[in-house]
Amino acid sequence: MATETNGAATEHAQGMPQLDFSTFPNQIFWLLVTLVVIYFVMSRVALPRIASVLAERHGAIQSDLDKAEQMKAKAVEAEAAYNKALVDARAEAQAIVEATRAEIQKDVDVAMAKADAEIAAKSAESEAAIKEIRDSAMSAIEEVANDTAEAIVAKVMPAAADKAAVKAAVSARLKG
Amino acid sequence: MAIESDAVEQELELAIHPMDQFLVKPLFGGGHGDIGMFTITNATLWLGITVLCAIALMVLGTRGRAIVPSRSQSIAEVIYVFIYKMVEDITGKDGLKYFPYIFSLFIFILVANVVGLLPASFTTTSHIAVTATLALIVFVAVTVLGFVKNGTAFLSLFWVSAAPLALRPILALIEVISYFVRPVSHSIRLAGNMMAGHAVIKVFAGFAVVTFISPAAIGAIVAIYALETLVVCIQAYVFTILTCVYLKDALHPSH
Repeated sequence: MATETNGAATEHAQGMPQLDFSTFPNQIFWLLVTLVVIYFVMSRVALPRIASVLAERHGAIQSDLDKAEQMKAKAVEAEAAYNKALVDARAEAQAIVEATRAEIQKDVDVAMAKADAEIAAKSAESEAAIKEIRDSAMSAIEEVANDTAEAIVAKVMPAAADKAAVKAAVSARLKG
Repeated sequence: MAIESDAVEQELELAIHPMDQFLVKPLFGGGHGDIGMFTITNATLWLGITVLCAIALMVLGTRGRAIVPSRSQSIAEVIYVFIYKMVEDITGKDGLKYFPYIFSLFIFILVANVVGLLPASFTTTSHIAVTATLALIVFVAVTVLGFVKNGTAFLSLFWVSAAPLALRPILALIEVISYFVRPVSHSIRLAGNMMAGHAVIKVFAGFAVVTFISPAAIGAIVAIYALETLVVCIQAYVFTILTCVYLKDALHPSH
């Protein structure tokens, strides 16, 4: 502004410089140059570049989202597979338990049956032995009774000694 | 600027020349002389600075082409998306092929306005020659486009078919007048806002030489500067959105 102090300093605006029509052609010419330059730079360089950057970013975000979606699906799948494996394993374990129990039951049943049979055989044997003992005891008693009765009959009335009659009487008495 | 060595002004102490900042002067040759069409003036200089700043922001700022943008790239992208959405919302999908023109218009006005806020700068958009040229370009382009796209059906823009038949000729007259007033209001709105704000700042700057008012004057300058920062962006936005509205009328003239 130092130069304005000499001479040029008096050059103040008279009214509105906006209405000084002598400057119009100059301003309009340079404005048009400016607009053409700005339009070409914007439409050829800046705008396509920004558009491509925005599209690229949009694509990148979209692909990331897709990837995330796929990962999520995979995780869900893995969880389902895990759950299925768990259920399978549980069922298998159940089956094994069931089979083992049945096997043991079978063994137990076999052993019980065998033991029962043994017991039955033993008791039958014992019963037979007891019966034999009783029979032999009975026959011994009969014999002793016969002998005793014969002896008594012979002593009391020797004439009436009849072995067969005594025997029949004794056995009738024993049965009664 | 306010402190000039003119004898008369020294006596008055106040040297307020709020309009001096709008003088168009040749850049070379001591600042006088005739201004021809191709003379390099301060207007030329600041138009050039506007171009360079616009290129710096939109081209150099985006040279990284990063997926995660740098700061300058984010600003460029925000402006791009802002204008793109504006064009798409107002004019529809078929207006998008005019997006580069509207974007160029917006970035020029925005950068010229912001650059004009620098102290000691020249605000190119405060001149009616500049804004009227912009508005006329829009007006002529939109009118030609309207007739090319719609033929005489474009005239239905002036024939309000929703109104009662008796009112239609009167409404048509009003519509025609308002249509031709468009470039006037379009250009004066921008130039007037720019000029008024800058002139007010200069007036307060002139008052700042008086010792006992200077704190208030400087405070006022700060406040108005803040307001102007808002106004320059809003005016760029308003100019652009009106351009979109006019373009919509040209593409879809029916009410």
